[in-house]
Amino acid sequence: MVGIRGDFPVLSREIRPGVGLVYLDSTATSQKPIQVLEAMDRFYRRSNANIHRGIHQLAEEATAQYEDARHKVAAFIGASSVREVIFTRNTTEAINLVAQTWGRAFLNPGDRLILTEMEHHSNLVPWQMLAAERGLILDFIPVTPHGLLDLEEYRRLLGLGPRLVAFTHMSNVLGTINPAAEMIRLAHQAGAVVLVDAAQSVPHLPVEVTTLGADFLAFSSHKMCGPTGIGALYGKRDLLEAMPPFLGGGDMIKRVSLTSFTPNELPYKFEAGTPAIAEAIGFGAAVDYLQGVGMEAIAAHETEIITYALERLEEIPGVTVYGPAAEHKGGIAAFTINGIHAHDVSQILDMDGIAIRAGHHCAMPLHTKLDLAATSRASFYLYNTLQEVDRLVDGIYKVKTIFRV
Amino acid sequence: MDDLYRELIIDRYQNPLYRGTLDPHDITFEDANPLCGDEIRVDLRVNDQGMVTEAAFSGHGCAISQASADLLMESVVGKPLENVKHLSKEDILEMLGIQLGPVRLKCALLSLKVLKAGVYGLGEAGDDLVE
Repeated sequence: MVGIRGDFPVLSREIRPGVGLVYLDSTATSQKPIQVLEAMDRFYRRSNANIHRGIHQLAEEATAQYEDARHKVAAFIGASSVREVIFTRNTTEAINLVAQTWGRAFLNPGDRLILTEMEHHSNLVPWQMLAAERGLILDFIPVTPHGLLDLEEYRRLLGLGPRLVAFTHMSNVLGTINPAAEMIRLAHQAGAVVLVDAAQSVPHLPVEVTTLGADFLAFSSHKMCGPTGIGALYGKRDLLEAMPPFLGGGDMIKRVSLTSFTPNELPYKFEAGTPAIAEAIGFGAAVDYLQGVGMEAIAAHETEIITYALERLEEIPGVTVYGPAAEHKGGIAAFTINGIHAHDVSQILDMDGIAIRAGHHCAMPLHTKLDLAATSRASFYLYNTLQEVDRLVDGIYKVKTIFRV
Repeated sequence: MDDLYRELIIDRYQNPLYRGTLDPHDITFEDANPLCGDEIRVDLRVNDQGMVTEAAFSGHGCAISQASADLLMESVVGKPLENVKHLSKEDILEMLGIQLGPVRLKCALLSLKVLKAGVYGLGEAGDDLVE
């Protein structure tokens, strides 16, 4: 990935005098290239106006740029129509949108949903809330000791006639890349609708919704070089058409009287109020950036890094890495060091400018299953290097020295 | 920052003096740090004069949270229970002998929150107990 690092201003900063940044927390949020920062800056300096209203030059430009971003995002995931791409705040809001609209309209007491044990809280809690309200039954695909989903058990659960299957494409802890296309095919055979949490996959792998066959697919801009505050929900058109609106307000209506309203057409039906306009434009710029580098190239780069990282981490005495072998996972290494809490690992690595995540990574049930209170997690993206893996490993040896283990 | 893991903290983390549970006890309370899921339980025995005679903590957490819990238990034994109500964030930082950022402060103050919630007989250990 020659020349990539120079595009990301933050990567050249010093964390403290003489200590450069090693950013290994892209699974939490990615860094942003200058192309994205400039696109947002340019919008605010030249074209800032509200969209979809106002007959003046700025309003025209803002609307065109916002909708252009939607076209870019739709093309990036291979959606057949831009009407199938709804801008949301993030993956979490996209999943809540489906739960609160499709779920409320079409699920009845006793209906079953299949989730997995490796879900992020954002793909658990919305369904828990809906299940409590509607009397639904939640089933879970277990995680095997190798960090993969137990597909035998999945087939059995599909036999119980679920209405929905919702699963993560790539685990944010184990890094496991689940066989989404196969799981979706099986779910459809069983008559279930499928939602894919693609927060970790869309930034790192080529993802085509039409090839996968997903009914709903949710992801966030900020994990793919774009700004925070914007994400997307892809939904098949017939499903979206049948769903009631989510939030009520401006922009999502066609007409309003004092006592009733007619919802707007797709995708505006689900975009109430002034959206994150500059962020959408930044999101579009991020998509351009990733396409310029190439998703195949990014995935290959991350495979090279994670393969090397697993090799180096596993040779350190007392270090345990969780999740499957490199060929089944993305660039995520969650690990523990015997006798040392994950917070302390992070804190000591931070002294050397190495940024990793510590905790349960919003996947408490998975940590409970693994019988761990917390793990340390290093994650990699297009701008990371093999030298940074070496600095991480050196840092871990320093942690062990301080803790005398 | 470099003295964050000073000898005292590593020692108290690896060889705590007040780790365990007390059964029976006069006061017990436990709560978790939602940031990381770390949990701390505190047990106290108090005599008729309102003096803390024994104290113990259990649970799991990082070196900062475990060392501060151990030092906190040490500081309350042999003192009036009433004194516990006056303990503050500054007291904990003084015991640890370090300065902490907002994230790690939560680790350091978890045991004090739990202790105070127990002494006041509250339902949960809120941040307002240590502010």
